[in-house]
Amino acid sequence: MRSVAIVGASLAGLYTARALRDQGFDGTLTIIGSERHRPYDRPPLSKEFLAGRITEADLALETEDEDLGAEWRLGVRASGLDRHDRRVLLADGTSIAADGVVVATGATARSLPGDSPSLRGVHTLRSLDDALALRADLVTGRRLVVIGAGFIGAEVASTARDLGLGVTIVETAPAPLARALGGEMGTALGALHEDRGVRLICGVAVQALTGDDRVDGVLLADGRRLDADVVLVGIGARPETGWLEGSGVDLGDGVLCDSGGGTSVPGVVAVGDCASWFDPGLGHHHRVEHWTGAVQRPTVAAATLLSGGTAPAPPQAPPYLWSDQYGMRIQFAGHTRPGDSVTVEEGDVAARSFLAVYRREDRPVAVLGVDQVRQFTRWRRRLGTVSTG
Amino acid sequence: MIPACALAALPRGEAFRLDTVEPPIAVFHTDDGELYAVDDTCTHQDASLADGWLEGCEVECPLHASRFDLRTGHADGPPAKLPVRTHGVVVEDGTVYVVPSDLPPNLPPGARARTV
Repeated sequence: MRSVAIVGASLAGLYTARALRDQGFDGTLTIIGSERHRPYDRPPLSKEFLAGRITEADLALETEDEDLGAEWRLGVRASGLDRHDRRVLLADGTSIAADGVVVATGATARSLPGDSPSLRGVHTLRSLDDALALRADLVTGRRLVVIGAGFIGAEVASTARDLGLGVTIVETAPAPLARALGGEMGTALGALHEDRGVRLICGVAVQALTGDDRVDGVLLADGRRLDADVVLVGIGARPETGWLEGSGVDLGDGVLCDSGGGTSVPGVVAVGDCASWFDPGLGHHHRVEHWTGAVQRPTVAAATLLSGGTAPAPPQAPPYLWSDQYGMRIQFAGHTRPGDSVTVEEGDVAARSFLAVYRREDRPVAVLGVDQVRQFTRWRRRLGTVSTG
Repeated sequence: MIPACALAALPRGEAFRLDTVEPPIAVFHTDDGELYAVDDTCTHQDASLADGWLEGCEVECPLHASRFDLRTGHADGPPAKLPVRTHGVVVEDGTVYVVPSDLPPNLPPGARARTV
């Protein structure tokens, strides 16, 4: 393999470039990014960066003396993949031929169905530019409505509250994060908002946004209307795979991959938020949208690419995520599904410091910690040593 | 020299966070019986290394898994870019003391902003 093109210049793309070089690849490396920025870290965009506590330079993922010997093509989108010529087509009409292709195009924030995109004051948060635009709108005294009580929504609510905005969160499901953490723990995390004077409305859908030029309210399906100066739509992300339609790369919820990151097209692997790897423990494909997945999987995907798919795929660590809200550190690892039992093993939900273990047939499958970092670290290790299917 | 804790209160494999100093210091007692002290805060983002995973002479940050060598402070790789500052450790009459470094710390950007 003499040339590799990495499509996506964020966390997963950068880590794959590093892994390729670490594993001895000394050929031509091209990194293509749709954003104009060098690789940067996204988690702080809803936290320290949005709060203004850290700068753009602090987000840089590359070290100062790092030299990957790569050609960077930033600010240009990939528009297609020609599998026969093994060529990545770019939106500016040029193309890049490569023996190996890494798909690391990430995901795009979902917007409201039928959303009028022209209303000022309505935001999604995915990119550095999104964060700059949102930050400019988070002015003390304004009213923010957050649509969706997922991690992004919860973190923005927390940051905005600290900045002195009035905040209301609207969630369609009966509790925040119910699908990811179950209803009981979702309700426990929801209480963190209410403790800080953030209003949480669950079990109601959003009907429409109101306003002429700038948003002035959110109309709910039960007829209520919330006044709003700023709206954040935090209803998840969809994998950025449209450019691969018709390329021969199999797509489902993301790029369908084997357990080593290989796609249906030889010489093409996928990593990060856009990739749905087969998980032998779970018995199905599973798209992991977390930071740690985008850091861990590139090593495996690089080995798959360089070996032509013969490198054995190591067992996958259970997915892990963290979130900082209202000065509290929330961590979760593992896979849970409806019917798992949940027991609090350390601390106390009422004291807002607890560790909860999810079990299936008495086997631990997942762990949630709120301000219980030391105990969480031990449980996460323990989960990693047993199958979490 | 700052008293940290009784040696008997710090079994092998455990860590003690000395938070009466700024920035806080983490003291580790390895499985091999060695004592090491480093700044408690990860150089990447605000996380306590005393809450991390101690293995041999290394501690893994509980948040993003950069590993720091407790002997030198060096990080094994990203996301941490800078080493963590190391301190001296002395045991006298069953008490663990930290001899603080006079070098500047490598605190993460968020923590840096908080202390100024």
